[in-house]
Amino acid sequence: MTSSRCAVTADPIDPCALLADAGGSDGAALLFVGLVRNHNEGREVGHLDYQAYPAMAEATLREIVEEARGRWEVGSISVVHRIGRLEIGEASVAIAVTAPHRGDAYEASRYVIEELKRRVPIWKREGYLEGDSEWLRGYTPHPAGEEA
Amino acid sequence: MQIKALFFASYRDIAGSDELEVELPVGASVADLVVSLRERGGAWRSLPSDPAVAVNLTYSSLGTPLAEGDEVAFIPPVSGG
Repeated sequence: MTSSRCAVTADPIDPCALLADAGGSDGAALLFVGLVRNHNEGREVGHLDYQAYPAMAEATLREIVEEARGRWEVGSISVVHRIGRLEIGEASVAIAVTAPHRGDAYEASRYVIEELKRRVPIWKREGYLEGDSEWLRGYTPHPAGEEA
Repeated sequence: MQIKALFFASYRDIAGSDELEVELPVGASVADLVVSLRERGGAWRSLPSDPAVAVNLTYSSLGTPLAEGDEVAFIPPVSGG
């Protein structure tokens, strides 16, 4: 399979369905799931609010997936990122990769999540148990060719 | 010319809105748009003078020239995943 699917959705993510849709004729299938953590930088987190620039987020995800395809021998790559309010333990992101060999699946999956964090326009606001909340400051994206 | 400015996350808190139509002289760049917003004063002074921006869905530099109807998104540091 050489399909790919990139989506930003307010609906709960079903990681097993994502893996099943990826197909099984490639020899290796790898599923990465990011979950909402109950603590960050010493503070207790109660929930997260994710916001996205959906059109650009999906376009950037497609770009990242194509880059991964160019670097490793992979079959399908599917990426889904959740937006809206998420409770502790819910899946915020899932990546399913199939490949003829496991090495390529691991490398491609790692590339997609690292690049997603660096440049896909998605933001999270942490809601703390103490009642306040804060937008997390992550990576500052740069135009292509101008990486700092 | 009319430009559509989009704001997300902490920048949306500064703008007090997710979208704004801005009138700029023909030939204006992204940098001119940033200056015109910061000159509004108040919370707008918290908008960085060199924010990351995307013009029509592509990350762009401050020197990028704008055209009628362009969509300029102000992108605070991203934190997906």
